[in-house]
Amino acid sequence: MKIDKKTKSNLITYGIVVAAFVLFTALASTGNLSSHMKGLLIPMTYYAVIAVALNLCVGILGELSIGHCGFMCIGAFTSAFFSKATAEILPSGIRFFLAFLIGIAFAALFGFLIGIPVLRLKGDYLAIVTLAFGEIIKNIINAFYIGIDKSGIHFSLKNAMELGLDEGGEVIVNGAMGITGTPHDSTFTIGIVVLLISLFVVLNLINSRDGRAIMAIRDNYIAAESTGINVTGYKMMAFTISAAIAGAAGVLFSHNITTLTATSQYFGYNASIMILVYVVLGGIGNIRGSVIAACILYLLPELLRGFSNYRMLIYSIVLIVMMIVNWSPKIIEWRKRTLGRFGFKKNSGKEIA
Amino acid sequence: MALLDVNNLSISFGGLRAVDDFNISIEKGELYGLIGPNGAGKTTVFNLLTGVYKPNEGIIRLDGEDITRKSTIEINHCGIARTFQNIRLFKQMPVIDNVKVGLAERYKYSALEGILHLGKYKKVEKEMDEEAMRLLKVFDLDKERDTLASNLPYGKQRKLEIARAMATNPKLLLLDEPAAGMNPNETGELMDTIALVRKEFGMTILLIEHDMKLVSGICEKLTVLNFGRVLCQGETKEVLTNPEVIKAYLGE
Ligand SMILES: Nc1ncnc2c1ncn2[C@@H]1O[C@H](COP(=O)(O)OP(=O)(O)OP(=O)(O)O)[C@@H](O)[C@H]1O
Ligand SMILES: [Mg+2]
Repeated sequence: MKIDKKTKSNLITYGIVVAAFVLFTALASTGNLSSHMKGLLIPMTYYAVIAVALNLCVGILGELSIGHCGFMCIGAFTSAFFSKATAEILPSGIRFFLAFLIGIAFAALFGFLIGIPVLRLKGDYLAIVTLAFGEIIKNIINAFYIGIDKSGIHFSLKNAMELGLDEGGEVIVNGAMGITGTPHDSTFTIGIVVLLISLFVVLNLINSRDGRAIMAIRDNYIAAESTGINVTGYKMMAFTISAAIAGAAGVLFSHNITTLTATSQYFGYNASIMILVYVVLGGIGNIRGSVIAACILYLLPELLRGFSNYRMLIYSIVLIVMMIVNWSPKIIEWRKRTLGRFGFKKNSGKEIA
Repeated sequence: MALLDVNNLSISFGGLRAVDDFNISIEKGELYGLIGPNGAGKTTVFNLLTGVYKPNEGIIRLDGEDITRKSTIEINHCGIARTFQNIRLFKQMPVIDNVKVGLAERYKYSALEGILHLGKYKKVEKEMDEEAMRLLKVFDLDKERDTLASNLPYGKQRKLEIARAMATNPKLLLLDEPAAGMNPNETGELMDTIALVRKEFGMTILLIEHDMKLVSGICEKLTVLNFGRVLCQGETKEVLTNPEVIKAYLGE
C-alpha cells in the first residue's frame, strides 16, 4: 500500500505517543519510576491534550487565545459535578465516559458562545476576550454553591447554608472550596487514549476540506472570502473544536485530583500562557511539536527539583534551546538534512522538489 | 444579455468619490480591459464587483441576477473569481492545497467524514486531487504541487493565484494587474497563459492593466477610468487613439 507523506507523518506522531506510553508503563511496572514521577504522568497527558487544542486555535486557525485554561476549567467543573452527583448511582466506567461527554460539550458550548460575537471581527480581539473569559469564569465558579438533595438541585451565591439542603443532602460545589471528592477515574492509559483521540481529530481535520479552509483563513482571510470560503463559519468550527478538546483535558484534570478549586495556579492567566509557551516552542502549527514540548516542558521543572537553585536557570536554557531548534531556519535545514540521513530522505527530498 | 451588467455604480470614501457613475457591460467570452492612471479607481471597481465594498449607488447584475448587496462569499458562489494587485496566496500551504481550497465549494463531504476520513472522504479527495492537478498542468505548475506557495518564484505565484480563482469555476474572472512587477519574459508567458485560459475554459475576463502593450495585444474592448469616472469606452483600437485618453496618460 502506498502511504503518502501526510499519513506517514501522522503515523509517526501516533507512534511517538504510543512509544512514550509503553516506555513509562514499563518503567512503572518494573518499579523504576518514583511515586513522584508516577504522579506526573496524568498531568503530562492533559497538558499535551490542551497544547494540541491550543495549537489548533493558534497555529491552524491563526487566532490567538490566551484563556484556553478557562475551557479546561469549564470541562473540569462540569464533569466533576456530574461525577460526584452520580458517584453512587452509576458504575465508574459509564460515569467517566458520560463525564467526558459533559465536560467536552460544555467547553464546546462556551467556545461557541464566545466565538459568536468575537470571531466575526477581524483582528486580535479573541486574545483580549479569551483573556477576560479565563479570569471571569474562575471568579464566577468561586462564587457558586450548588447542592443536591431528594427534592433536586439547590443553588446559591451566598454560602452553603443558604442552600437549605434536607438531611442527607450533599453540597457538591462549595464556593471557593470547590468540589471535593470527585472519583479518581483518570488513569495514565485513559490520558493517553484521550491524547490519541485529540491528535486523531486535529490531524485528520487538518488534512480535510474543512482544515484547508481553516488554514486558508489563517493565511489570508481576504483571499479566502473571495475564494468562497465561509470565513466566520470555519473560524467558529475550529475554535469550538479547540475549546472542546481543552474541555477533555479538564475532565482528565478534575478526575485526578481530590479537591478541585478554580485557582489561578491551574486555570489563570499564567497557566494559559504556559500552554501557549508549549505551543510556541513546539512550533506554531506543528501538532507533534506541541505534544513533545508539553511533555518535556511539563516534566522538566518537576524533575529538576533536586537542583533547587539552578532549576529555573536550567529550565530557561532549555526554553531558549528549544526556541532556536524549532525556529532558526538554518537549524531547521540542518535538522532535515540529518534526519534525511536516518532514512527520512524521501520526506525531506519531496519538499525541495 | 450581457454576462456582467453594471449601471451607475458609485462609492465615496469620505469626501472622495473613488468611483463615480461607472457603467460597463461585458459579453460572455470577452476579454475586457480596465485601464487608467494610478488612483483612478480600478481596484475599487473590483472591490465593488466582489462585494468587498458596498456601493452608495448603482446596480451590478451577473447573468441577469442582481448581486449588488451580496457578500463576497456569495458573489464568488454566484460566479465571480478574482486575483489581487498585491498577490494574496495561502502562503503556508502547498501549491496543490491552494487550488483545493478553491475546489471546496464543488467537491463536498461532511465535516464528520472529514475528521474521521470515512465515507465519501477518500473518493472526493481523489477527485479533488485529479481536478487540481489538471488545473495546475494548464498553468504549468504541476511539478511544484508540494512546494509551499510562499516559496514559488514571483511569476508562478501570479499564475497560482489565477489557478486558484479558476478552481472556483467562475463565470467571470477578474485579474488585477496580473503583470505588475514582471519582467518582459514573464509578461509574455502570462499573456500566453491568459490566452490559454480563454481557449481552454471559454472564460470571460475583466483585466486591470498598466502595461499598454499587454492591453492592446489581447483585449478586445477597453474602459478607461480617470478620477473615478469613465473617460472612454469601446473597441481597443478606437480607445487607444482617442485624444482624451492620450492626454490622460501622457499628461498635458
Ligand atoms: N478603503 C478606502 N478608503 C479610503 N480611500 C480609498 C479606499 N480604497 C481606495 N481608496 C481611494 O480611492 C482611490 C482609487 O483607488 P484604487 O485603489 O481603486 O486605484 P487604482 O486605479 O487601482 O490605482 P493603482 O493603479 O495605483 O492600483 C484612491 O485615491 C484611493 O486612495
Ligand atoms: Mg489598483
